[in-house]
Amino acid sequence: MTGTDTTTARPAPALGGAPARAALALGDDALVLAQRLGEWAGGAPVLEEEVALANIALDLLGQARVLLSLTGDEDELAFLREERAFLNLQLVEQPNGDFAHTIARQLYFSTYQHLLYAELAAGDGPLAGLAAKAVKEVAYHRDHAEQWTLRLGDGTDESHHRMGTACDALWRYTGEPFQPVDGLGTDTAAFEPAWLDSVTAVLTRAGLTVPDGPRTGAWAAGAGRQGLHTEHFGRMLAEMQHLHRSHPGATW
Amino acid sequence: MTARAPGTDAADAAAQAAREAVFDAAVAADERIEPRDWMPEAYRATLVRQIAQHAHSEIIGMQPEANWITRAPSLRRKAILMAKVQDEAGHGLYLYSAAETLGVSRDELLDKLHTGRQKYSSIFNYPTLTWADVGAIGWLVDGAAITNQVPLCRCSYGPYARAMVRVCKEESFHQRQGYEALLALSRGTEAQHAMAQDAVNRWWWPSLMMFGPPDDESAHSARSMAWKIKRHSNDELRQRFVDIAAPQAEALGLTLPDPDLKWNEERGHHDFGPIDWTEFRDVLKGNGPCNEQRITQRRRAHEDGTWVREAAAAHARKHTAQPGEAQA
Repeated sequence: MTGTDTTTARPAPALGGAPARAALALGDDALVLAQRLGEWAGGAPVLEEEVALANIALDLLGQARVLLSLTGDEDELAFLREERAFLNLQLVEQPNGDFAHTIARQLYFSTYQHLLYAELAAGDGPLAGLAAKAVKEVAYHRDHAEQWTLRLGDGTDESHHRMGTACDALWRYTGEPFQPVDGLGTDTAAFEPAWLDSVTAVLTRAGLTVPDGPRTGAWAAGAGRQGLHTEHFGRMLAEMQHLHRSHPGATW
Repeated sequence: MTARAPGTDAADAAAQAAREAVFDAAVAADERIEPRDWMPEAYRATLVRQIAQHAHSEIIGMQPEANWITRAPSLRRKAILMAKVQDEAGHGLYLYSAAETLGVSRDELLDKLHTGRQKYSSIFNYPTLTWADVGAIGWLVDGAAITNQVPLCRCSYGPYARAMVRVCKEESFHQRQGYEALLALSRGTEAQHAMAQDAVNRWWWPSLMMFGPPDDESAHSARSMAWKIKRHSNDELRQRFVDIAAPQAEALGLTLPDPDLKWNEERGHHDFGPIDWTEFRDVLKGNGPCNEQRITQRRRAHEDGTWVREAAAAHARKHTAQPGEAQA
């Protein structure tokens, strides 16, 4: 997608090389999580959450569109890349599961995204402008996830159990966000302690045990940034891309 | 029960007549009835039924469109569709709030929806089979809804009228987007054009049914019009919609599936063919293509969410200060 497209008069992408790849990685995170949250529409536990989950999905989709557009055509990138070319974290492609799994995924991801965007917004790299706008949205996503973690963890016995199970199940995907990303212009490993402190504080307040499984190495997950995904992802893409791919060259 | 003093019955009857006179005068003067005002029980019941059915339609109506969120063919269309489905949830919330001003609760109304004691619009029992259906719903279904709802902005019951003002603004926006999506298809490839035409063929007649039965069979119409809940009859609104949609179809480059549709110079309206009222009644009775699927999905979402709502309630109880505790 970084090659010169001579068939249309499309403006050249703003980014190339490693920064483009970094923007694509962040754009893919947002796109894939938006797609997952979109699956909730019409199925949320309460009407207010229909609104909230769709609202978060829309924010993420907006971020994805800006980020993908920095590196090429948003629709070509979203609909015509194969699974191996997507650079999103494995965390965001995990299935919705029950509401607790969705909330655990939101807690882990939005805490990371908030720290990352705050850092990018404070710098002067090519993503500073986008990050400055998105960081406000992401602060709201993080608050939403934290509030629900507290409600579910410190709610009923059943919700406590479900929230604990969800936090454990997704823990193995939480090391990957702190691997270095070429071209991002920021050291992601540097805010891993802040992430861990924050998540630990929320889980503790919610009366939950901080999971003790591995976050990196051996059996922990984490090669999404290299285009290696979990088995869930191919099916998700098949559904997302099917219609677009069925009508090559069409505009919508 | 307290013992009644002699003469109270007559006094009650006089007070009742006075209240009715105040209510009738307010309606006649086009004033708004507000939640604390006295209103006839039948007026209250009619509004509860109508507003609840309207709210339920917003909620069930999320399903046919949500069916395409994950498959929308461009990111722009996906964003538009997500925003639309989100707005529908919001409209449901406004409308349940409006109904609650009449002394019922959202939970009670949802329970009636889930047990089939209250209805939702017949249109949402039709399936969305292609992407073009999303555009056709925006253009025709939202178009019909707006034709129905704009007069409700002047409905005699204040909270309902005010909810309608907000709903109509957002619906008009979605309707334009639906039209524009369909236009893109109509002007696109041959396959896209065919997809758009097929969708319009399937959604046209169900959209006309959204205005309800013909005037001579409409059970609630006369009273609702007298109370200024309704401002126009079903057939009047249906005619208005046909007159708006026919030239729009032409501008879209699509045809409407009605050989009898033509401009009648003398009436100043379009004539159109007969509606299949047997199909309409079948769908209302629960035998449309998706009735079972829609209500099952709604019930499942509600049942699957029970533990979440219970958790939120338990958490709120634990963390709400008990009386006297705050000062301690």
